[in-house]
Amino acid sequence: MTAPDPAAPVLELRQIQKRFGSVQALCGADFTLGQGEVHALLGENGAGKTTLMHVAYGLVRPDAGAVVLAGVSRAVGSPRIARRLGIGMVHQHFTSIPALSVAENVALAAGWPVTPEPLRRRVQALAERVGLPLDPDLLAGRLGVGLKQRLEIVKALAADARILLLDEPTAVLAPGEVDELLRVIRTFTASGGSVVLITHKLDEALAAADRVTVLRQGRVVHTGPVAGQTTASLAQAMIGDAEPRTAAEITEAKTTLRESAGMTGPALVRLDALEVPRESGFGIAVRHASLVVHGGEILGVAGVEGNGQRELLRAVAGRLLPIRGKLEVVGPVAFIPEDRTTEGLIPELTLVENVVLGSRPGDPWLRRGRIDWGLARQRTAALLRDFAVAAPGPQARASTLSGGNQQKLVAARELACAPRVIVAENPTRGLDIRAAAEIHARLLGAAAAGAAVLVHSSDLDEVLRLAHRVVVMARGVVLPAGPSPTRARIGELMVTGAR
Amino acid sequence: MRASGSAAALGLGLLALALSLHLAGYDAMTALGSLWQGAFGSWYALTSATLVRAVPLIIIGLGIALAFRGGALNIGAEGQFYAGAIAATWVGLHVAARPAPVAIAAVWVAAALAGMAWVAVPVLLKLRFGVLEVISTLLLNFVAEALVSLVVQGPLQERQHIYPQSDPIAEAARLPVLPGSRLHAGFALALVAAVVVWYLFARTHWGFKLRAVGAGARAAEITGRIDARRITAVALLGSGALAGLAGGVEVSGVSYALFQNLSPGYGFTAIAVALLARLHPLGVVATGILFGALEAGAGAMQRDAGVPAVAVYVVEAVVILVVLLVDAGRRRPHAGRKAHAMRLPA
Repeated sequence: MTAPDPAAPVLELRQIQKRFGSVQALCGADFTLGQGEVHALLGENGAGKTTLMHVAYGLVRPDAGAVVLAGVSRAVGSPRIARRLGIGMVHQHFTSIPALSVAENVALAAGWPVTPEPLRRRVQALAERVGLPLDPDLLAGRLGVGLKQRLEIVKALAADARILLLDEPTAVLAPGEVDELLRVIRTFTASGGSVVLITHKLDEALAAADRVTVLRQGRVVHTGPVAGQTTASLAQAMIGDAEPRTAAEITEAKTTLRESAGMTGPALVRLDALEVPRESGFGIAVRHASLVVHGGEILGVAGVEGNGQRELLRAVAGRLLPIRGKLEVVGPVAFIPEDRTTEGLIPELTLVENVVLGSRPGDPWLRRGRIDWGLARQRTAALLRDFAVAAPGPQARASTLSGGNQQKLVAARELACAPRVIVAENPTRGLDIRAAAEIHARLLGAAAAGAAVLVHSSDLDEVLRLAHRVVVMARGVVLPAGPSPTRARIGELMVTGAR
Repeated sequence: MRASGSAAALGLGLLALALSLHLAGYDAMTALGSLWQGAFGSWYALTSATLVRAVPLIIIGLGIALAFRGGALNIGAEGQFYAGAIAATWVGLHVAARPAPVAIAAVWVAAALAGMAWVAVPVLLKLRFGVLEVISTLLLNFVAEALVSLVVQGPLQERQHIYPQSDPIAEAARLPVLPGSRLHAGFALALVAAVVVWYLFARTHWGFKLRAVGAGARAAEITGRIDARRITAVALLGSGALAGLAGGVEVSGVSYALFQNLSPGYGFTAIAVALLARLHPLGVVATGILFGALEAGAGAMQRDAGVPAVAVYVVEAVVILVVLLVDAGRRRPHAGRKAHAMRLPA
């Protein structure tokens, strides 16, 4: 292996700024990739890792900042240009076309002509050269997960890439496949290539990378050699140890509510040895979970995406059927799903219709199979007033509302039935501070009124701020974070899964 | 807003027709004049030509609206129409001794059930194997047409065994007609069906669930706890039943017998009917009459101006394209937002 030479940077990202709507995804991020090095890019969900790499790959146009390749500032306007400049990327999600063969998929990515026999040979030679043998004739849709990933890498390398950006490539791989991937990465860097490895798995970063950069809320908070780092120190850097950054957001009212809530009432949610399948239906997401949530309590569920917290919450909300184990939930249950525009409401329908969409048996506007739209309109108007949803009126289409108001509508609908149990997934994602504070106040208020609340958020601050008690989900297992957990403690549980 | 879009689509369709007639060397004004005369020029033209053709278009169009609103694309109404027509003919030949209301009811019920059975195959394929109903329903059209050809030369062939058609159905099974015209009671049925489907969509919980599934299946399942697959399946079955019923009405009200090419493509034209009405049941009545007029006027145009009747399909095609384009345009800002949101997570 040639010694990594950060002094000869092949890729530099300088002071990158990027804003999506109301969210500042990157604020002046700097990143340098040296020749022949493996550079791990770490950070929580939403820290800006993928966005930063998308800037380098031409998928995201930065608001400000420069992309410098081998010392020359470049405008990387599209992935096509990036590939021409020798940058290949493997995305979090598979991008192959299932109905095309392996060879055709590679040709599509590399811009090679699709003459069957020469293409076959060319793809086969390429796959063997990079050490990832693949049958060029197989349909991409028929490949297993590990081979699909292999195809993605072969595609990224096809156009003679010298820089390889890997976005969580190991998330879907079995341990043996991970080792193989790391070996391929080593071969690639040994021949002079450079690799950026986005990952959530700190042990992998330690094992594979020469240097590491940590992003937090769009800023680089640490960059340096891996030597001397531990999983604990990296977790600390990722999560930070600052006091909740938004102390100012928390109003007096919320503080008092927070204190009056949390008195333990009756057990309203009881899980015993519960196993829940993945949402996709393949595999187990929640293993042997036992948990009790009492009235008046807010349980925060932390976890890196894909570790089962989504399925756990959905099982409690009655949206996902457990495989085995016991689940007792006292109704009515309110559910605030993660994705409001595809799961929480139907943008094409009106606000009244979206309120009726969440109907429960016994709602006053349901009259033996008919709907009393007049009454539903009145109730909707009242909800809009009570929850301060800025909307032209009950007959407006949901698509005309801003994200914050859509979310308030979902919350209003779900909380209107005086639920005993409330399940909320990322209830304030993408909301501005004021709208987020209002949603928080509602959840705290409901808990104060005796409801049991389960809330998951990718934002650890939010979990800590809201919850009376925190559990962490790692690889499908529920781990209690103990009394008054610190960010560091939770972060460590999240990424290591160790007790 | 929506109605004006539909009117614009129709206007553009007629304009395209006029233009293509002109380019093909016909006198466009004469041709359109005879089209109008043939459709609305007289009381007889209106009732016996336009409205008679509107009946199957309205009934099938309602079925298309039902399926499309429920998130299923039924392209097989033509086949379901023929399945209904076969069943109606068979029953109609065997109910001579019954009183008329019973005979007619039997014919209609048989036709609706046959249409439902015809679409049940795609429904099962969709539920069991995820086969796209667009393809399966479409392909079954050809099977149905072949089946008609088979039965009119086999089990249902007329007594002389000369012509490829059935015997006329029993008098008792024939629909009463408006005196002095060919307009039959099926028109009333079409109007009643439109009101029923409208009530279903606008007032009932089930109809709302159907619309919710069509507009956002995922949200309907997660938030509404609606079994979307089941709703879609029932919508398709209802859609097939209506198309089958239209076949039964055609046999009992117009042809009194079964033969090949009984339908001049009603099952396909009805898709344009439903789309132009923006899948609104009461709108389907209006657009059904409109397309009935086009079909009726096309015959007159061929007779009087020497223009091939198929030229009116230009109107149909343009209408479908314009309506789809307008809808796509309306959706674009929304789709743009989605793409934006998808890029957000890091």
